[in-house]
Amino acid sequence: MAHHNLLPRQYLILGLVAVCAPLGDTCLSRGMTQLPAITLAHPATLVAAVFTPWIAVGIALLIGFFASYLTALSWADLTFVLPATAFGNVIVALLSRFWLHEAISLERWGGIVLITVGVGFVANGPSLTERPAAAGALPAIPEQVQEEQVR
Amino acid sequence: MTIPVPVPSVGFWPATAMIAAIVLLSTTGEVLTAAAMKSIGDLDDIRAHSGMKGAIRAVVTCPLFFAGVSFLAFAFFSLLFALNHLNLSLVAPASASLTLVTNAIAGKLFLKEDVDRRRWTSAILVCIGVYLLAH
Repeated sequence: MAHHNLLPRQYLILGLVAVCAPLGDTCLSRGMTQLPAITLAHPATLVAAVFTPWIAVGIALLIGFFASYLTALSWADLTFVLPATAFGNVIVALLSRFWLHEAISLERWGGIVLITVGVGFVANGPSLTERPAAAGALPAIPEQVQEEQVR
Repeated sequence: MTIPVPVPSVGFWPATAMIAAIVLLSTTGEVLTAAAMKSIGDLDDIRAHSGMKGAIRAVVTCPLFFAGVSFLAFAFFSLLFALNHLNLSLVAPASASLTLVTNAIAGKLFLKEDVDRRRWTSAILVCIGVYLLAH
C-alpha cells in the first residue's frame, strides 16, 4: 500500500519523531547534570537515576520517539524519514534561542535555514517508493499477521 | 622546570576509523530496521486489525528488527568510545551529517528506494545544515 500523500495522523507521527528525540535528550541532560558525579564504582546510583523525574520523563519521551520512528518507517522510506527527524535539531536550536535566551551564531542560523529547506524539499515529494507487486517485492503484511486477521 | 603533561592525541587515520565505524554501524542498523518495518507492513493498519498487542508482536517477532537494533546499539557504544578519544564538536556533527548521506546511498542500493534528485538535494542540504548547527 503506497502512500504518496501523507495523512494528517502521519504528519503527526513525523512531528512526534522530530520533537520527542530532542526533548528526551534535553530532559536526560538536565536530569543527569542535577545528579552528583556517577562512577563505575557505584553503578547502583545509575539505576536510581532512572527513577528521578527528569530522567524518567526523558526515557518516556525517547520510548515515544522510537515507537513513532518505527511506525513512520512502516509506511515511509528511510530516505524520507531521516531528513524529517533532523528537523529536531532546528527545534532544539529555536528552543535554546527563544526559551533559554542563548545566542545563536550566524553559522547556526545558516544551519537552521538549510535543514528547514532540506526537510521542505523531501516533504513535498512522495513518501514511499512505488513497487510493482512482482516477485522480489517485500510482503506488505507478514503471514502470521495475515493469519491473525483472518481469525 | 615544568613537567610536560601528556595530552592524549589521536592521529588522522584513527579518528577517521572511529567516525567511519559509527557511520557504518549506524547506517547498517537504520537500513536493517527500515527493512524490518517494511517487511512487517503498515503498523497503523496492523494496529487497526489486531490491536496494539498484535502490532507489538509483529515487531518483536521480526528477526531483522533485532539485527537492526543490535547494530544501532553497537553504533551507540562506538560513539561512546570515540567520545573518549575525540572532541564532541568533531564527532557529533561529522557522524550525524555523514550518516544522512550514507543512508541515502544505502537506501538506494539495499532498500531499492527511489532516491531522486529531490531526496539527494534534501540529504545534502540537511547534512550541511546539521554540520553548521552542531559545529
